[in-house]
Amino acid sequence: MISGAEIMVKCLEAEGVDIVFGYPGAAICPFYDKVYDSSITHILVRQEQNAAHAASGYARCSNRPGVCVATSGPGATNLITGIATAYTDSIPIVAITGQVRSDLLGRDVFQEADITGACEPFVKHSYLVSKTEDLPRVFKEAFHIASTGRPGPVLIDIPVDIQENEIESFEYPESVNIIGYKPNTKGHAIQVKKAIEAINTSKRPVIVSGGGVLSSGIKLKLQKFAETTGIPVISTMMGIGVMPSEHELYLGMLGTHGKAVANRALHEADLVIVCGARLGDRAVAAPDQMSANTKVIHIDIDPAEIGKNVKTEIPIVGDMKNVINMLLDNIGDYKVTTMWSETVKTWKKDLYREPPVFDGFVEPRTLVGHLSAMFRSKAILVADVGQNQIWCANNFRIREGRFLTTGGMGTMGYSIPAAIGAKFARPDRDVIVICGDGSFQMGLNELATIAGNQLGIKIIIMKNARLGMVRELQDKHYGGRHSATILNGDPDFLKIADAYGIDHAEAHSNEEAEDIIKGIVGSEKPFILVCDVHPDTPSI
Amino acid sequence: MQYTLSILVENQAGVLSKISGLFSRRGFNIDSLAVGVTQDPSVSRITIVANGDEYIVEQLEKQLNKLIPVIKVKRLNEGEFISRELVLIKVHCAASKRAEIIKTVEIMQAKIVDVSPSSVTVEYCECASRINTLVDLLKPYGIREIVRTGTVAIDRGTASVSV
Repeated sequence: MISGAEIMVKCLEAEGVDIVFGYPGAAICPFYDKVYDSSITHILVRQEQNAAHAASGYARCSNRPGVCVATSGPGATNLITGIATAYTDSIPIVAITGQVRSDLLGRDVFQEADITGACEPFVKHSYLVSKTEDLPRVFKEAFHIASTGRPGPVLIDIPVDIQENEIESFEYPESVNIIGYKPNTKGHAIQVKKAIEAINTSKRPVIVSGGGVLSSGIKLKLQKFAETTGIPVISTMMGIGVMPSEHELYLGMLGTHGKAVANRALHEADLVIVCGARLGDRAVAAPDQMSANTKVIHIDIDPAEIGKNVKTEIPIVGDMKNVINMLLDNIGDYKVTTMWSETVKTWKKDLYREPPVFDGFVEPRTLVGHLSAMFRSKAILVADVGQNQIWCANNFRIREGRFLTTGGMGTMGYSIPAAIGAKFARPDRDVIVICGDGSFQMGLNELATIAGNQLGIKIIIMKNARLGMVRELQDKHYGGRHSATILNGDPDFLKIADAYGIDHAEAHSNEEAEDIIKGIVGSEKPFILVCDVHPDTPSI
Repeated sequence: MQYTLSILVENQAGVLSKISGLFSRRGFNIDSLAVGVTQDPSVSRITIVANGDEYIVEQLEKQLNKLIPVIKVKRLNEGEFISRELVLIKVHCAASKRAEIIKTVEIMQAKIVDVSPSSVTVEYCECASRINTLVDLLKPYGIREIVRTGTVAIDRGTASVSV
């Protein structure tokens, strides 16, 4: 005989899961009892939301679904923001929650919450398991759904009696058969032919590359396509890292907080090739950002994204992995005109502005710009949300590493837990967190997880004692009335680092900050650097 | 623009809330919705009548298709399908007016299924517009209650919505 909890562990093992992030509670105790002596490492976070973010960071750096676990009721509801973040960012995670006994469901008993109901708008799919016998099929389907097609979170809610019940035997299914789920990955040959024709007749084409290029693991192929054709590449926030920032064809991030050259090129283009991006409102805010007669080729695995935000002439539904190969095979010897590439190059040079320096403060954009060179080339930079996110998106000179941030949901407090997941996925890489003093305080409970596991994550806090992004908005649209954007009562962050036994330092200038960073590169110990940033430092 | 969607879904708990939730959270209204099992007991068919422009309908079809338990979504083409709705109408009816009401019901090919000293209940199975006509005709007598099932629809000829 085998219990449901043992089956859960065996399902995870069958999926190759070796690490889960979670927080226990009564309704998930049978599972925790079995995970205790399994091959799976459990990382205890300090708040459930962070288990989901950690699973997301892990997924993005390991190319496998991340797993997070929580108990029923508040444990499960705390997960929601993390699940929603993974959903908007299209990250594959499997969230497992305990639930009250199935015969008590709907009676409003202690720690009961309808989590499958509450998560409905934020999950790719969810299960409320009603029979122990269903567990193997549900797990198999959950991992399949999370990681195929457009990736996303899947929730499995398991009542405690289903975990306790015993059944005869365990067998993990080899395949799934979900009649309503057959993502089209192939890419339609006729549509690709149309795309090639459009490229061949275009004068001023640009590629807009999103997170889909990274999740399908073809950034080098895309780079090859750009180099073969000479088409300049713009990225969305989720697409940062598709090309090294210093690549001559790379123009940077587009959108309201993007690079002027990227927006200019998009506006002037006669053909936009959108690759694995949904072009949300932060990317293309106003329709006039693209000229009316610009042709759009939109390649995405999710047909619902095509034509949703931007009018599309040539839709191609498929996995970027397949479509990019078809494009490479058929592009022939097309090359953009010298005039277009020269024009773009000139804009790139002309539209660049050196950030002004405030004496006695760290200039965050310059510091972020220098950061990459100080770390190894595959470094993973995790940015939080706020001005720090924009400073990182526009200035980090990414090489072969990753840039992790939440571009879709924009959840403050994401960076520290996501970095924890990233470090577990890639212990061999430098993992750097950049956050503001606002976002740091939304994730600082995870310093315990970092300290407890001695994770060599380097945290750089850009401290301006402001909620800088909102403050900027208030300056622009609310007459400079800084309602609730001054962080008075900020603690001494160095003392906090000290309390967790984490090495730390403070910097008041870029020279000081860079000296400190140079001193900690290569160490596998956590570190917190507090940078004093002038409150008037703008995002862009 | 009014449109009719025919949706095949896996017959399992929670599917209806996933579908109705999708409409409400994207701000789309449903005019009518009818659900029932098909010839395959593991598959249910949902017929939704709603309003919206071409962009909204296309988005809806795509978003519905993304739901895992949704097997198939088809927008039925105007004029190429048969639609029916069942309605029960309880009309205030003094004995003196009964003959008049019976006449109207007969003309419309509806049926009286219950009578009391002061009311009649009419059953009518027709397309939505004919039902509305009957309702208009009965209104002057005083309608006490109307119960409608929502429209169900099926393609004309050999075309079908199947797994």
